[in-house]
Amino acid sequence: MEEQNLGQRLHIDFPLFFGILALSILGLVVIYSAGGQDIELVYKQSIKLVIALAGMIIIAQLSPAKIARWSFVLYVTGLILLIMVIFYGDVGKGAQRWLDLKMFRFQPSELMKLTVPMMVAYYLANKILPPTISKVLMVCFLIILPVLLIAKQPDLGTALLVAAAGFSVLFIAGLSWRLVAVIGALGAAVAPLLWSFMHSYQKRRVLTFLNPENDPLGAGYHTIQSKIAIGSGGFYGKGWLNGTQSHLEFLPERSTDFIFAVFCEEFGMLGVLFLLCIYLFIILRGLYIAINAQHNFGRLLASGLTLTFFVYIFVNMGMVTGQLPIVGIPLPLVSHGGTSMVTLTIGFGIIMSIHTHRRFLSSKT
Amino acid sequence: MSVFIIFILISMIVSRIFYLTILKNTHYSTLSQTNRVKIIPTPPIRGLIYSRDGVILAENKSTFSLIVIPEKINNINETIAKLKKIILIEDSDIEKFKKSLNKKRKFEKITLRLKLSKEEVARFSVNRHRYPGVDVVARLNRYYPLGEKLVHAIGYVARIDDENVKSINKSNYSGTTHIGKLGIEKYYESLLHGHVGYQQVEVNAQGRVIRVLEKVAPKPGENIHLTIDLSLQQIAIDELKNKRGAIVAMDPKNGDVLALVSSPGYDPNKFVNGIDAKSYDLLLASKDKPLINRAIQGKYPPGSTFKPFMGLVGLENGTRNNTDESWCPGWFTLKGNKHQYRDWKKQGHGHTDLHKAIMESCDVYFYTLAYDLGIDRIYEGMSRFGFGQKTGIDIGGEKQALMPSRRWKREVLGEAWFPGETLILGIGQGYALVTPLQLAKAMATFANRGHIIRPRLVSGTSNSITNEAHDLPNHSKNKIVLSNSAYWNDVIRSMKDVVHDVRGTAWFSGKDAEYNFAGKTGTAQVIGIAQDENYKKEEIAEEFQDHALFIGFAPVEAPRIVIAIIVENGGGGSKVAAPIARKMFDDFMKKKDPITKG
Repeated sequence: MEEQNLGQRLHIDFPLFFGILALSILGLVVIYSAGGQDIELVYKQSIKLVIALAGMIIIAQLSPAKIARWSFVLYVTGLILLIMVIFYGDVGKGAQRWLDLKMFRFQPSELMKLTVPMMVAYYLANKILPPTISKVLMVCFLIILPVLLIAKQPDLGTALLVAAAGFSVLFIAGLSWRLVAVIGALGAAVAPLLWSFMHSYQKRRVLTFLNPENDPLGAGYHTIQSKIAIGSGGFYGKGWLNGTQSHLEFLPERSTDFIFAVFCEEFGMLGVLFLLCIYLFIILRGLYIAINAQHNFGRLLASGLTLTFFVYIFVNMGMVTGQLPIVGIPLPLVSHGGTSMVTLTIGFGIIMSIHTHRRFLSSKT
Repeated sequence: MSVFIIFILISMIVSRIFYLTILKNTHYSTLSQTNRVKIIPTPPIRGLIYSRDGVILAENKSTFSLIVIPEKINNINETIAKLKKIILIEDSDIEKFKKSLNKKRKFEKITLRLKLSKEEVARFSVNRHRYPGVDVVARLNRYYPLGEKLVHAIGYVARIDDENVKSINKSNYSGTTHIGKLGIEKYYESLLHGHVGYQQVEVNAQGRVIRVLEKVAPKPGENIHLTIDLSLQQIAIDELKNKRGAIVAMDPKNGDVLALVSSPGYDPNKFVNGIDAKSYDLLLASKDKPLINRAIQGKYPPGSTFKPFMGLVGLENGTRNNTDESWCPGWFTLKGNKHQYRDWKKQGHGHTDLHKAIMESCDVYFYTLAYDLGIDRIYEGMSRFGFGQKTGIDIGGEKQALMPSRRWKREVLGEAWFPGETLILGIGQGYALVTPLQLAKAMATFANRGHIIRPRLVSGTSNSITNEAHDLPNHSKNKIVLSNSAYWNDVIRSMKDVVHDVRGTAWFSGKDAEYNFAGKTGTAQVIGIAQDENYKKEEIAEEFQDHALFIGFAPVEAPRIVIAIIVENGGGGSKVAAPIARKMFDDFMKKKDPITKG
């Protein structure tokens, strides 16, 4: 047996761990400013952070083989829970996405962000890659089923992310351009269907995205104010705690979905470049782990999860800078809020598990 | 390849941010620093509600409140102490004020007291110069001048609650505090509310408004014109005073509801700014159940008011013709069964044809008719008149009551239908339940000789700025077509003799009328009487006494008004309900030409 370094004994990937930690701490700093210098808010978020990191480390202890074995069961459980939400779910903010489990309320759609890529990776792991058309169609079915159930709740943001997570894995598995075109056409066909699933407020958001000045009291206001915040930040920013857009309460959802606008206003272009460097570091590390994974399941899942992480960043930033419609996706690991953070760290826990358990597998072969 | 795509997408973000922060920096900096634009919504003014004759039934009344601008005052406690000399300020007011004082900015108005009396406003106005930083502001508040008289038709508005927030368009309701919760106010919310306007204002670094940049005026809500005839409504209210019951009057031609009363009522004004828990508990606990709208939600056994409809179903099915007679000895028994189904007239009606059966309300005739028709044909025939179905009136909360059938009994009670149940259904007892509005609608179908009309409370709207009127049409689309349309007048002739022939059950109500009307009395049993017992009013607690019913229309030849009356535990329909109808007919027939619309 070869000697193991500390990281491998603890099943922690230190580069990833410190990247995540740096990002979260940066998040706390911005939350303090965005939340009106409310130390209570920072305190609460720190507790959530500790729980999320603990969850990540616990998940990393599981071997990838175990994770693969659980994929199918978790996927089916998730589907059943989603159907249960439709019948028994609690209604919160006009959408039915919560399941009351007495002890706590739980969003099964959040679970699907992980189980869908797991299921797809599990399905493709022992197939010949790149997959044939029929395999691809099967994967599409596995992805679209939960996506439609989530869109029905309605939670369009999460539905898109779950779709992105699933398709990331498929993308990595290797797709010919012809297939990409087919999927694109399929997506175009599903779009009107999605539109009919959408709530009037979601439709309004999309329409407002196309023309924000249409609805200056409603959703268009978000985009207008966040562009002012970002643009007025300049290269160096207005400085920490000095953002006027956020502190005069012009900016909505300051500490959650629109935290990136606060960050831009206070830290400017320079800050954005720094933030993107940290993100890029985490993404590249994730892809490095994927490339070095010794089995298909690990390779597909690690790269799929990493790509999903990137999609989060891209969609949030695109939305805040007014390039994409407002879909209610937080900036990963920076925005205030516990649920999405726990989902993300568990995802990273899985990536760490894939990386740190490789010796056991290699010793077998 | 994926790394390549990631880099492309990231550079898209970077270039976008570069565009915003560097290239457009001056543009956005100006917007952010010197041109801080805030948008303040201006709520629209809610539309008014008028009666048929133009009397205002729901208006927006100014109420005055005392406000304080903290930054203009040196010592707040001292000012409050001074204000107390001319205006009543409770400790609870001060407590609320102190709470919002901490939350708001120094230059914002904070309410110290709501709903000042006229005297207080006057006293303050005279002394205003002595109180810098204190002012009186007017707010519009929904007010129902006739209070409980129309609450069951108009309903009320109240503060927007969590339930409402889910369904409303948030930007259109930004600034709006109240929303229709019941009745017309709820059903026509989208028309009454109007469209929000806004002001674009410039604020300085502290958020203080410097100047108004742009103003978009709100679009006020539409005014709504009800079909209610106030004098008719008032008679109905007076007649039901201190009683429980409901009266519905409508125009059979267009379905205009002329009166809709459910007694007792309650004061809707109490609900507008939130009713206090104690008053609400009193309303809820009251034995008279004032919160229930009996006209559309009260479910009553129809009693003998069912008979004209039954008679028509008998004719239409060929089960009886006009001259067929039944022998009424005062009771009826089914073959092989000892149970006696009694007639209200102990000594019996003797030989009885349809005309006599309706005029004198003979029970035995209808027992035998029901027996010969059977439940299935009764159900089919009565359903055509809308029994057991919602009428579709333009206020919510209507109950569909119950027209029983074999299938209903099997599905709901899990039992087979018994022949005895058919018999008592023939005289409107047993499972059948109707709402007063259903009775009125069914009677209107009769008056129209088959045309079915949906009852409605709103005849039109008008623009609150231009006064431009917009009528809502209400055409009758459905019709009951009989194999012989003479059947209508056969039954209507009998109903006329109920009130105009000395043998009729309500002949004294029709005495000396200057016009002909038709009607049918009903006395609905609330409890069963044992075989060997007699009904003695004095011995029965009030809540178990019979309901008094009357349905009718006038004039017989070209009906203008249909009435359905139910007085709970009132006793006999001919004694209690029919005279009310006469008074209302008299009042309405005095008016020469009805102002009918639609």
